[in-house]
Amino acid sequence: MANTEGRQPGKLVWHVATVESITVETYRVKTYRLRPPTWASFRPGMHYDIRLTAPDGYQTQRSYSIATAPETRSVLDLTIEKIVDGEVSPYFHDVVVIGDRVEMRGPIGGPFTWTGSMGGPLLLVAGGSGIVPLMSMLRHRDSTARHVQTFLLYSSRSLDDVIYREELDALAEAGNGLQMAHTFTRSAPEGWDGYARRVDVEMLSDVFNRLGAIGRAYICGPDGFVETAANALVDAGVSPERVRTERFGPTGT
Amino acid sequence: MLSRGFFGVRRPKPPRDIPPGQYYETGFPVLTYGPTERVSTADWKFTIDLGEDGSKSWNWDELLAMPQTDIHTDIHCVTKWSMLDSDWKGVDLDVFFEQAGVDPSEDYLMVRSFGGYTTNLPVSDVRDGKAFIVHEFDGEPIAPEHGGPVRMIVPHLYFWKSAKWVESIRFMDQDAPGFWESNGYHMYGDPWREQRYWGD
Repeated sequence: MANTEGRQPGKLVWHVATVESITVETYRVKTYRLRPPTWASFRPGMHYDIRLTAPDGYQTQRSYSIATAPETRSVLDLTIEKIVDGEVSPYFHDVVVIGDRVEMRGPIGGPFTWTGSMGGPLLLVAGGSGIVPLMSMLRHRDSTARHVQTFLLYSSRSLDDVIYREELDALAEAGNGLQMAHTFTRSAPEGWDGYARRVDVEMLSDVFNRLGAIGRAYICGPDGFVETAANALVDAGVSPERVRTERFGPTGT
Repeated sequence: MLSRGFFGVRRPKPPRDIPPGQYYETGFPVLTYGPTERVSTADWKFTIDLGEDGSKSWNWDELLAMPQTDIHTDIHCVTKWSMLDSDWKGVDLDVFFEQAGVDPSEDYLMVRSFGGYTTNLPVSDVRDGKAFIVHEFDGEPIAPEHGGPVRMIVPHLYFWKSAKWVESIRFMDQDAPGFWESNGYHMYGDPWREQRYWGD
């Protein structure tokens, strides 16, 4: 029952949602489309908590970012990367099928959210599955705020690791003020003339120049990636108050 | 509700019970809503606002000259990880109160960090050895991303109540939300009662 301000008046209760579809995004990332009994609006960047219960009563919880924009009503997508020694993500990848029921509560989150009314220029920096909450922002922008100048810098190990590849390509080709750059940290495609290294100060300064100014920056990815990118952005001259971060822990499952 | 086909992996098994909904983490993840704050020991200063009586501050050297306490404790983060048996070194907040000559009549306080982060606490939750101003983690200076050079720890509450880059404390007659508490997170945050969000 969250309102559009992202606040949750009253208790956040657990709901049982039904898995409506499963999309394979990459060799280790899948998107689960969930239909909750009552759909609550949210701000792009927010997440849901998922709770699993074993027959002996043991429970475990994890948080997953919402991938869809709030304009996609009634359902919401959670894009989940399989962490090999994890507990919840392997359950999703190896066990969950269409029609299964999943306990969830949310939406949750405040500082790491963006809506069109907050304007730009908007810089989004993603490392691996850190693209998920930023994709919600990009989809929301495409629905309601195409005037906002935006740059997505997306770091992946290789082309095969790029999540939402076709949709991102289509968004970038629309030519409506969205610029995009990939960087590949392990192997770049043949003939690739773009970035092929970890995100660093030089790369972010470059992006900063191409965007011209930064109203808001959102960085999401693994711990070390976010630390490096956020420090580099501050070194490149961006005011820390404009930078929002979300970090997946080393065992963020 | 039972999750079909879920039996629980429980990797690695925690040496003792952890709060509901938490998992045992052997690393030390970083959670901050913005870039790591850069505070040098030369610039660091901790202030208790004494209202009409002004304020009392301590710098880095003064902190190190105070009676030091070794704290061996478990940490529970609202993002579900629990870190067990962590070792910290610093000064009991009671000692600051004593040196400031303050016995607050107010029931609440707001902790503020360099960079502007805030979090609220009942005064009774930072007295009698329950809260510390720390400068060492596992025998080393605290890394900036973990709140160094100096952070607060209030181990019995969710870890967002343990302000990184701690800068000051001010007392309040009535409870008021800090940063996360304004963003849907619980005003008190007891992990054993799973007080994660508003209404929990």
